[in-house]
Amino acid sequence: MSIIDTIVQGVLLGGLYALFAAGLSLVFGIMRLVNLAHGDLIVLAAFLILLLSSALGLNPFFAALIAAPLMFVAGWALQYFVLNRTLGNDVLPPLLVTFGISTVLQNGLLEAFSADSRRVSIGALEGASTGLGPLNVGLMPLITFLSALTVIFGLNQLIYRTALGRAFRATSDDIVTAGLMGIRPQRIFAVATGLAMVVVTIAALYLGTRANFDPTSGPSRLIYAFEAVIIGGLGSLWGTLAGGVILGVAQTLGAAVNPEWQILAGHLAFLAVLVIKPRGLFPRAVD
Amino acid sequence: MTAMLETRGLRAFYGDFQALFGVDIAVAKGETVAIIGANGAGKTSLMRAISGILASEPGMIVYRDEPIGALAAPDVLARGIAMVPEGRRLFPSLSVEENLLIGAYRRNGEGPWTLESVYELFPILRERRNNPATALSGGQQQMVAIGRALMSNPDVLLCDEISLGLAPVVVRDIYAAFPRIRQTGASIVIVEQDIAQALKVATQVYCLMEGRVTLSGHPEALTREQIHQAYFGAPRHEHH
Amino acid sequence: MSIAIPSFKVETRSGTSSLAALAAFAGLALAIAAPLVVSRGVVQDLFFILTTLVLAQNWNLLAGYAGLISVGQQVFVGFGAYAMFGAVILAGLDPIAAILIAGALSALLAIPTAFFTFRLQGPYFAIGTWVVAEVVRLLLAQWKALGGGTGTSLPRDATRDMIGVDLIRDLFGMKAAAASDALTYWIALLLALATIGFIYRLLRSKQGLGLAAVRDNEQAARAVGVDARRMKALVYVATAFVTGVAGALIYVQKARISPDAAFSVTDWTAYVIFIVVIGGIGTIEGPIVGVVLFFLLQKLFADFGSWYLLVLGVIGILVMLFTPRGLWGLFSDRTGIQLFPVRRTLIGGPPAHTPKGGPNG
Repeated sequence: MSIIDTIVQGVLLGGLYALFAAGLSLVFGIMRLVNLAHGDLIVLAAFLILLLSSALGLNPFFAALIAAPLMFVAGWALQYFVLNRTLGNDVLPPLLVTFGISTVLQNGLLEAFSADSRRVSIGALEGASTGLGPLNVGLMPLITFLSALTVIFGLNQLIYRTALGRAFRATSDDIVTAGLMGIRPQRIFAVATGLAMVVVTIAALYLGTRANFDPTSGPSRLIYAFEAVIIGGLGSLWGTLAGGVILGVAQTLGAAVNPEWQILAGHLAFLAVLVIKPRGLFPRAVD
Repeated sequence: MTAMLETRGLRAFYGDFQALFGVDIAVAKGETVAIIGANGAGKTSLMRAISGILASEPGMIVYRDEPIGALAAPDVLARGIAMVPEGRRLFPSLSVEENLLIGAYRRNGEGPWTLESVYELFPILRERRNNPATALSGGQQQMVAIGRALMSNPDVLLCDEISLGLAPVVVRDIYAAFPRIRQTGASIVIVEQDIAQALKVATQVYCLMEGRVTLSGHPEALTREQIHQAYFGAPRHEHH
Repeated sequence: MSIAIPSFKVETRSGTSSLAALAAFAGLALAIAAPLVVSRGVVQDLFFILTTLVLAQNWNLLAGYAGLISVGQQVFVGFGAYAMFGAVILAGLDPIAAILIAGALSALLAIPTAFFTFRLQGPYFAIGTWVVAEVVRLLLAQWKALGGGTGTSLPRDATRDMIGVDLIRDLFGMKAAAASDALTYWIALLLALATIGFIYRLLRSKQGLGLAAVRDNEQAARAVGVDARRMKALVYVATAFVTGVAGALIYVQKARISPDAAFSVTDWTAYVIFIVVIGGIGTIEGPIVGVVLFFLLQKLFADFGSWYLLVLGVIGILVMLFTPRGLWGLFSDRTGIQLFPVRRTLIGGPPAHTPKGGPNG
């Protein structure tokens, strides 16, 4: 029974990783931009939620609701005023600029909040668990996983069912012809990054309430997000969820053998997928 | 007839390479203008300049008395000039219907063109509405590209090489749609390598060579020899 | 039809570079004499500058010339350092010999590393190299003989009894610690010069031309017969060797290792990236300018903690956005001065044709 228990824990953990990854996947899909500051932006959002919930005494879920539009604006401005200038055929500028942003965010947060580990308190929900068939699972992991499903379903609806989603896909296909349709790619990119930051805020809510975080927690979140995206295959959001789940299960299985092997097992699963299916398990994009 | 759209001494560059050397054309309301010329004459550059893809100076392109030469493509479209680009450039991630809908992303007010009327114009597209656009035949793809441009309800429709690579019977089908488009009052500018086709539909013809207008006039008024000379150049011409 | 071929000469040298060569010789003499005339603290600072320069030149070769943007070069620093520790502590080798072994093992590690990361393109390659660095760090943290997660120190007598330390003590009458610092400094100097010399020669060679072609247009380079993948792989392995040697050397001097420090992305990659970007990516001079500037900034802002890194990040972003060729690129564009001219210029032939027209306005 304990192996099934471990796998279920891993699947639920995978929901968190899929949330980390969904924003990265969205932005890459639309503008081929890999944001090396993605993990640090998650941590920034977690601090924002922490600040709102502790200073104003808000429920963290409500705090996230306030943080989300703020993060949308921040992402919009970041893309419109900074990252748009780096887009082009050369992959170097966006990488180096986002790497710089990562450094700035980490050290800015260090100055503002010190290196102490933090956690967003959610009161009674913290240790609560519920029966799921014969299993007993934590309520927060379950809520996280359901949120991941909702977010990915919602993003897919947006991308494949709305005018904005059509504009996303058209711009991704052919930026010049998109301009002939009256689409302003610069704005489309800004909206996409803003949207990714809303997803980042949701991810931050669960990062902050489920585990300790500090200003240097970002890079490893970027790595998990990246691994989930690559395992799932570029351009497929459901693939990203599957990637997150595989990563989560590998980690919990590794941890079950030896707690020190948790992270390592996840990385090894990623490398294994890279060797067996370099384009990921469910590739969609033609890159 | 006064011109609705005009280029005045239009020059255009790709980096250091100059593609257009002072081109003057005028398009009146409801008129169909054909641009002919050999490969590399500057026809596509002219279309790209008007549509805002290729930058030029503000006063070099004038539309309804407004200088639009420096506007970006989305702003040109917003004023009512839509383009069917060379090579169709359909969006492969979008279905046929989505390609048409994206044409209406920024509609030019109320107008005659809707999904319904485009499907009436090209009935085959209704049958294939849910297919990926790139799964269609070349002729059908060209219909999608034209329909997509119409969805913005343009006052000027620019068509760049719409018969390129298509069988004559398919080209005939596509040009059969033009009278309907003209009925809406829109002006049409077509770039054609097929001179006979161009002369058949146009009310005014311009011939380009090496980035300059070498001949213009009503199709009936032009002789074979004139066109031949304007198209291929006079025996003696200077290299710069 | 016959075509007259005008007489061209291909030159990569320029006038200023000969003058600079003279200055370089004078500088070199000073650099060699440094441990005899300046304090130990300054020697250690110079050691830091030189080893950082080696890392920067290597990253620049990877990213600026081969188009391989790695954010995981700390894997070779850390692995080289651990290999050196292993050779000294477990095999009882002399640290100086262990440095070379560390370089060779790092180059070996680059092969399986490339096997994974070369499957990823562009930005994904970057993060892929980072994942590999994490994997190696986590694996080495399991190695209990070398202290596991908390790390270990070199035996005290290991650095004192290094080959050459006795000789330096006797020749210059130094204390053992100072002699050991002088020795590592001279090795760092040698390594820095050899690295720059190697890169300079590589870039002026036929292979260097191929590399430039790959960077500018990989498809076109392939079409004219440049084996892009092989070139990149060779550069990757070569930089792994040098980075591993540098890592081992740095840790001979530090004499204390832990996985977190030896595989630190900030110390061994972030700093290096900012140095190269601010100095000028894709030039040999850029990293030199960057390292000097970096060192001065660090001395000035040492007391400001993370503000220092924050400012460095902001400068890096601004440079990338507004002068992507860096400070050296800016200087070189204004003055035309190149110290390491690798660009080929055609001399002779018909007078240069200046294109007329051009976009006005």
